[in-house]
Amino acid sequence: MGWNMSVTAISLQNLDVSYGTTKVVQGVNIEVAEGESFALVGESGSGKSTILRAIAGLAPDWTGAISVLGAARGHQVDRDFATRCQMVFQDPYGSLHPRKTVDAVLSEPLLVHGFGNRSARVAEMLAAVGLDQRFRFRFPHQLSGGQRQRVAIARALMLEPKVMLLDEPTSALDVSVQAEILNLLKKLRRQQGLTYLMVTHNLPVVSFMCDRMAIMQKGRVVEIAPATALHDGSFTDPYSQSLYAASGGNPDRKDQP
Amino acid sequence: MTALLEIENLRVSFPTASGRVEVVKGLSLSLGRERLGIVGESGSGKSMTGRAILRLIRRPGRQQADRMVFDGIDLQARTERGMRQLRGARISMIMQDPKFSLNPVMTVGDQIAEALVTHERLPRRDVRARVIEMLHSVRIHDPERVMDLYPHEVSGGMGQRIMIAMMLIPRPDLLIADEPTSALDVSVQAQVLDLIDELVREKGMALILISHDLDLVARYCDRILVMHAGEVVGACAARDLHKASHPYTRGLLAAVPRMEETREELPVLDRSAWGGT
Repeated sequence: MGWNMSVTAISLQNLDVSYGTTKVVQGVNIEVAEGESFALVGESGSGKSTILRAIAGLAPDWTGAISVLGAARGHQVDRDFATRCQMVFQDPYGSLHPRKTVDAVLSEPLLVHGFGNRSARVAEMLAAVGLDQRFRFRFPHQLSGGQRQRVAIARALMLEPKVMLLDEPTSALDVSVQAEILNLLKKLRRQQGLTYLMVTHNLPVVSFMCDRMAIMQKGRVVEIAPATALHDGSFTDPYSQSLYAASGGNPDRKDQP
Repeated sequence: MTALLEIENLRVSFPTASGRVEVVKGLSLSLGRERLGIVGESGSGKSMTGRAILRLIRRPGRQQADRMVFDGIDLQARTERGMRQLRGARISMIMQDPKFSLNPVMTVGDQIAEALVTHERLPRRDVRARVIEMLHSVRIHDPERVMDLYPHEVSGGMGQRIMIAMMLIPRPDLLIADEPTSALDVSVQAQVLDLIDELVREKGMALILISHDLDLVARYCDRILVMHAGEVVGACAARDLHKASHPYTRGLLAAVPRMEETREELPVLDRSAWGGT
């Protein structure tokens, strides 16, 4: 592997996150190396999306320590943080402003952070996510689900972050469109040396995209396993095993005991 | 085996600025008491097919068929009132998202009871007993408590089980499940589908399972129709799905990531080949 695995991109220590009086994430410790692709899996309500929200600053009621690329994150809005770490949301139908064109959506982060040469950067980014220039002045309702998710990915990449938080980036899409978006994410990671922290409940997607995964249940991490555990189901925790079985196991190896 | 449902040359169309567009273009099928899967991408017309069987295509949409017969009843000749007697009682449909298909201001128990009393006259005590029995059979452990809850107080998986209870309580002959689990988690998905499967087998119902998930359909159905752009492009037995020959079916199959994924890149569909979307 071409990157230095010893550098930590995301470090979570003893992380607890609460919404009001309810604690939804408890005692999570995760270290994601630079250039790694790490998955959080588990059923709804297990707290996996909440971890991403805490890192992104959308769930400010947390205790413990969060640091990204060696810099600790505070509880306040952090401008510099936005240039290092960005998030892509699940539903491309809900995450794009309905009355802003693609061009406006992609230019806004550059404007906020005072980057110049905006027009050229937008054109370049559209090309990078595989969208034709003719989509540049369209509104979200003029785009298909897959095209919208490409715009959402482009928006997250505008500030050239090194760490991407992906919250179920393909679960709202059809299988054929899902394949296109997964290929795109994989290509971008390779080209730009990105680190991914990805939430999903689709285990085959983890097998395709990720190096390691943390299995979560009721706000806690029950097991951290390599993606190769999906090949033969070699999980140690009973909950991970049941999740694997519920996903149908590995049909390519069903004939073997 | 005599067919429970026979459809010949079903067409569904909607008007647009540039004339009527057909979303289902001449679909024919014959269904016995078996489990049929319909797969395809969004916009392939699979949900419209399901709705057309219940004659639920609303104006300005239009549906027509050369023949549409359910258990000896000509569905096209039925009056609207006659259709209402069939819907729910003989043919019922499970919708995609329990959040949007349950009535938010009615308790779960009342909604399930309503589905029953619309089609059958029963003393109130028996209605309650049937509702409790039905909730038990969809594996809700404390039905007395759940009956008094409102839909926002139950989880997605439980909401979908309540939907199933509501659809099955009048004991229909044909169940149409339109993406019954795509709003649910994997762990709950398997439970819900196993449940549908078990109930379908037990009661000898016919099932039409509509989904975009090929693996799932292959696991729970006997026979599969693959739809693309309003047409059936392939039909096969579920166990032969992986031997399917149509390039579109093959493309869809290849695009699904596997548990043991070794491919560096997933093959994507070349949409231009079918003049598609």
